[in-house]
Amino acid sequence: MSVSPAISQGSAGQPAPRKRRRLSRKLAPWLFLAPGMFMFLIYVLIPIGRSVWISFYQWDGLSPAHWIGLENYAELLDDDAFYTSLKNNVIWLVLYMLAIPLGLFIALFLNQTVRGIRIYKSLFFFPFVISQVVVGLIFSWFYAPGFGLFYKITEWFGGQGVAVLADENLVTYGIIAAGLWPQIAYCMILYLTGLNSVAPDQIEAARLDGAKGIKMLWYVVLPQLRPATFIALVVTIIGALRSFDLVSIMTSGGPYGSSRVLSYYMYEQALSEYGYRMGYGAAIAVVLFAIMMIFISGFIWKMWRDERGL
Amino acid sequence: MFPRPIQTMSPAARTAYKVALPVMLVLWLLPLLGVAMTSLRPSSDLAQGNYFGMPSYLAFSNYLDVFRNSPFASYMLNSFRVTIPTMIGAVALSCLTGYALAVYKFKGNLLIFFLFVAGNFVPFQILMVPVRDLTVKMGLYDTITGLALFHVAFQTGFCTLFMRNFIKALPRELIEAARVEGVGEWQIFWHIVMPLVRPAIAALSVLIFTFIWNDYFWAMVLTTGADTQPITAGLNSLNGQWVAAWQLVSAGSILAALPPVAMFFLMQKHFIAGLTLGAVK
Repeated sequence: MSVSPAISQGSAGQPAPRKRRRLSRKLAPWLFLAPGMFMFLIYVLIPIGRSVWISFYQWDGLSPAHWIGLENYAELLDDDAFYTSLKNNVIWLVLYMLAIPLGLFIALFLNQTVRGIRIYKSLFFFPFVISQVVVGLIFSWFYAPGFGLFYKITEWFGGQGVAVLADENLVTYGIIAAGLWPQIAYCMILYLTGLNSVAPDQIEAARLDGAKGIKMLWYVVLPQLRPATFIALVVTIIGALRSFDLVSIMTSGGPYGSSRVLSYYMYEQALSEYGYRMGYGAAIAVVLFAIMMIFISGFIWKMWRDERGL
Repeated sequence: MFPRPIQTMSPAARTAYKVALPVMLVLWLLPLLGVAMTSLRPSSDLAQGNYFGMPSYLAFSNYLDVFRNSPFASYMLNSFRVTIPTMIGAVALSCLTGYALAVYKFKGNLLIFFLFVAGNFVPFQILMVPVRDLTVKMGLYDTITGLALFHVAFQTGFCTLFMRNFIKALPRELIEAARVEGVGEWQIFWHIVMPLVRPAIAALSVLIFTFIWNDYFWAMVLTTGADTQPITAGLNSLNGQWVAAWQLVSAGSILAALPPVAMFFLMQKHFIAGLTLGAVK
């Protein structure tokens, strides 16, 4: 710590209170941080480490845990349900990305100033506000065999209704469609906000140069929407990999486990009706965590760079 | 403005747009409208297969039945009992952490900030076993307090990100000037910064309200019975009991969605400001 000249010269009566203030200014951030950091440490950071640790044990949550090294991970490699979940996670991740262009499309559609447009924007945003449990129930009803709206529509067109949630090959896509509904709404609102601040003079200048339509969008508008796109990308990737609620509500992972994702499979293993397998569950969680860390590090790296650039 | 304002286009295009708007909206909200309709259908209609025709009468009684034959009121109350303390706790903690990270320069500042940000993105499952274990050991398993404590801690991550960026954007001269005047650190925080972050507090409050109200995973992990479970977990178990009673499931879903929807419409500006934080530079 360097001593500032003001102190070292020490004008007679001043040093004591000033020194105290300097001390308090060094201490203050830690006092402000303490309660929040304490809670975050106890409930978020330490549990991450503990989960990794638990993944090396065989543990039912009650009796003493039993160290088995890498056996949980070895078991994962031979577990078909694990591969199904992993595959579904990849499908989720890829298809969820559709939320970004579709959200942009709706935002462009709504970015007008006609009467009542504000209420339209709010109503389009609606699906994001309601809980995923409710979204799941709504879509279960939508797909319900026999009378669901979607079932009726497919019956109308194809002669035979499609029971999406009972079909092993379709079920994941059906759940993803339900998940896309609120996610598109979220991306839409991000882009609407972004479009609000697109520089009008640049648009006009480009228009004078003869740019329009897709070209204008690609070369002039999208570059200005980059911050919105970044956030849309972050929330969509995280949302896709966190998918749990819809799977749990709509199918409980079925039929025959075909709609499981890692987050659901982990829950199933750790707290299943057939006995708790905390260690095995933790190992699944560690794999999911590792996958997500790839993306999280990417986001943090970019945010870190932006922060340094400021 | 992009796309080109509809007013500058041909009358035909304008009319087409006016028609397209409501049509798109109805298509977009079709599943929701269907459920809203079902919630008002008498069960006799459903039994006779009248799913889409005119209901024989509007059965508002479905909404009463939801309360009558299930602990629905208790679930709703539990949701409020978890959501409101969490909202207050997380916002209060993040005012402190956000202020510390925005105003002071010290070693590890950015590192701590990014720990909060990163923690906010981790999958819940990596926390599940230890957090459940910890909650059991503290004797808080299956209590509102246990659930709310976890939510406060986890949401502090997101709230800190938000608050820190908000406070950082305030004019620094205010704080510098107060320091020159000899105002203490706590006084600066309380009397100068806090009044200025009111919009951020409003935005965070509505967002956290919605996030926590809609939480399902932690409700399933940390609570079990109707005495403690919030409405999301409650709906899940009611869905199991009300097999094929779609008028009840629909009415219950609509009721469960109401509080965050009301919050959204009342505080729309703050809500969107919160969600789109960082979407514009």
